Amino acid sequence: MTALKFSESKKNIKVIKLNTVTFDNDSKKMASHQLNPDNWVDQYADYLFNFAVSRVSNSEIAKDLVQETFFAGLKSAKNYKGEAAERTWLIAILKRKVIDHYRKINSNKGKAEVRMSYSSASDAEGDWLEEQVADPFSKLENNPIENEELGIAIQDCISKLPKKQALVFKMKTIQRISTEDICNELGINPSNLWVMIHRSRTALMGCLNKNWF
Amino acid sequence: MISCEKAAIICNKTQYKEASFIEKLKLQFHFLMCKTCSAFTKKNTEFTTLCEKANLQSLSEKEKLKMKELVQTKR
Repeated sequence: MTALKFSESKKNIKVIKLNTVTFDNDSKKMASHQLNPDNWVDQYADYLFNFAVSRVSNSEIAKDLVQETFFAGLKSAKNYKGEAAERTWLIAILKRKVIDHYRKINSNKGKAEVRMSYSSASDAEGDWLEEQVADPFSKLENNPIENEELGIAIQDCISKLPKKQALVFKMKTIQRISTEDICNELGINPSNLWVMIHRSRTALMGCLNKNWF
Repeated sequence: MISCEKAAIICNKTQYKEASFIEKLKLQFHFLMCKTCSAFTKKNTEFTTLCEKANLQSLSEKEKLKMKELVQTKR
């Protein structure tokens, strides 16, 4: 009985989601999109890079894939009909590139192989066999799909920040550059930096509240 | 006594482990009087763990510049 109820509620959710999707499409058709390759790197490089890293788990390969995506985008820019947003279109290209990448490395080896790749170097260290066993007490931290979506959600919110705030936040939080170095590089003083960090963090929390929690 | 603005800045510094001992003391003292700031700190810390969990990646400015140049050449 409970199982039945559960599936019903799931169906309902799906219906609602479908409705919102069609609604989105309608609103998008009204405003046709345009390509603006000069802004691609600034606007989408990090977003695409995160997506690529979560798929190939190697930052060098991911970087190359993003680069190839931009090239392919330029090449087929004339086929762009303006139906999807620029970013959606680029992600679609990147997805093809990821598939191509796996085809290539698999054809190098010839046979269909099951490949296991670990998300980071630290995964390969130590007694990892034991660690692969699910820990019933931590359900959230070890859910890679959810974390991947979370990363994309955060990246999405970062792209909505003012340019300078986004830059400072990325340098501090993601690249973990020291306060002093950031101040020197950008020509600001530390109190300036902390105010910017504060604003970006509150904005990001607000954005995530809306889209994630 | 510190203001809420200062408390928020110290709170953000603690997220990056850059607050001094005295600053942390001031912050704790502020919490005794200000529930808003202690609630904010809780949220802020949660946000930090989310960021860590998400394993965010980004390209450095240098790499982006290089990419831009390459994109320009292909145009």
